Amino acid sequence: MPETHSTAYDSKIEGNVIFTRFDAAINWVRKNSLWPMPMGLACCAIELMATAASRFDIARFGAEVMRFSPRQCDVMIVAGTVTYKMALAVKRIYEQMPEPKWVIAMGACASTGGMYRSYAVLQGIDQLLPVDVYISGCPPRPEALLAGLMKLQEKISGEKSLAAQKPELTKKLNEAFA
Amino acid sequence: MTGQELLNSLGKLFGAKLQNKTEFRGETTYTILPSDLREVARFCRDELSFDYLIDITSIDNFGEELRFQIVYELYSMTLAIHLRLKLRVSEEEGAVDTVSDIWPTANWHEREIYDMMGIKFNGHPDLRRILMWDGYPFYPLRKEFPLEGLPSEMPDVAFTKAAPLEGGPFVTQPSTATAKDREPRAHPPEL
Repeated sequence: MPETHSTAYDSKIEGNVIFTRFDAAINWVRKNSLWPMPMGLACCAIELMATAASRFDIARFGAEVMRFSPRQCDVMIVAGTVTYKMALAVKRIYEQMPEPKWVIAMGACASTGGMYRSYAVLQGIDQLLPVDVYISGCPPRPEALLAGLMKLQEKISGEKSLAAQKPELTKKLNEAFA
Repeated sequence: MTGQELLNSLGKLFGAKLQNKTEFRGETTYTILPSDLREVARFCRDELSFDYLIDITSIDNFGEELRFQIVYELYSMTLAIHLRLKLRVSEEEGAVDTVSDIWPTANWHEREIYDMMGIKFNGHPDLRRILMWDGYPFYPLRKEFPLEGLPSEMPDVAFTKAAPLEGGPFVTQPSTATAKDREPRAHPPEL
């Protein structure tokens, strides 16, 4: 009977070890557990609820955990008409969300003010917040929101997460391996 | 006593104070003077059983001498009849008496009119803006207020900017002209 030789892997845990980059691992975790802040301000919120419900099931993308506390949220979905009276409240809620955070402008109103060219409506939430994904539609279908969410996941998977979060550590590592 | 008899009794009792009466498709409208408002309102509620104030609205007749018009929609739950009271106020006067102690629902209706049209209500217990924030400097439903809005700024409270209309087609012109000339599509954007 031939002898077995120990290799680089311990055969007992071989198969449970994955080699990857930090960024890839962090981004993979982040993009598949995007907890939304449902900033439902108008009829888009109805479609947002439909997206969360069983037929469209946003849970397939890991974003089913609607949190009504901004401190537990990753992505703010601005769903609806942002009036000037509400605008600073939206901004304040956004500021209370922990980093890293993203914003989806859902529908025509949140993106541009939509049909409300009027004294009372902020002409696009991007005047106050850094928007990552704009979704067209009035209101958008749930499929469109899911497509927007997938776009955001794509964007997150390309981010330099470690470098952004630990700039000094990355600098040290780069110097050590230079 | 039928509803019609009731309305006629109002006419008899306030004969001199009711300036005008119109009937249109079973709707009765009386025009009164602002000074008689509270007396007439109290009579309508107590004697004529108009226990429900459906709505108060205001109209801006821009360019006319008595610029503002206030319309009270009354309803009697017991007799199931409507009554409409109208009165005119000039811009200089800009105030009428409150009816919020007669029908409590008038409290918010009058606040809305104050907010949007800038008409004050004498004796109102809590005359603050209801839709816009305290300190907003304009009255948005007045005819001279542009649809796109005007810039305003209250640090940490709220701000407004003018909306980009691009000369767009949905802009009425404030004037005494007929609807045909004020109609939005009559003013296409100049290209």
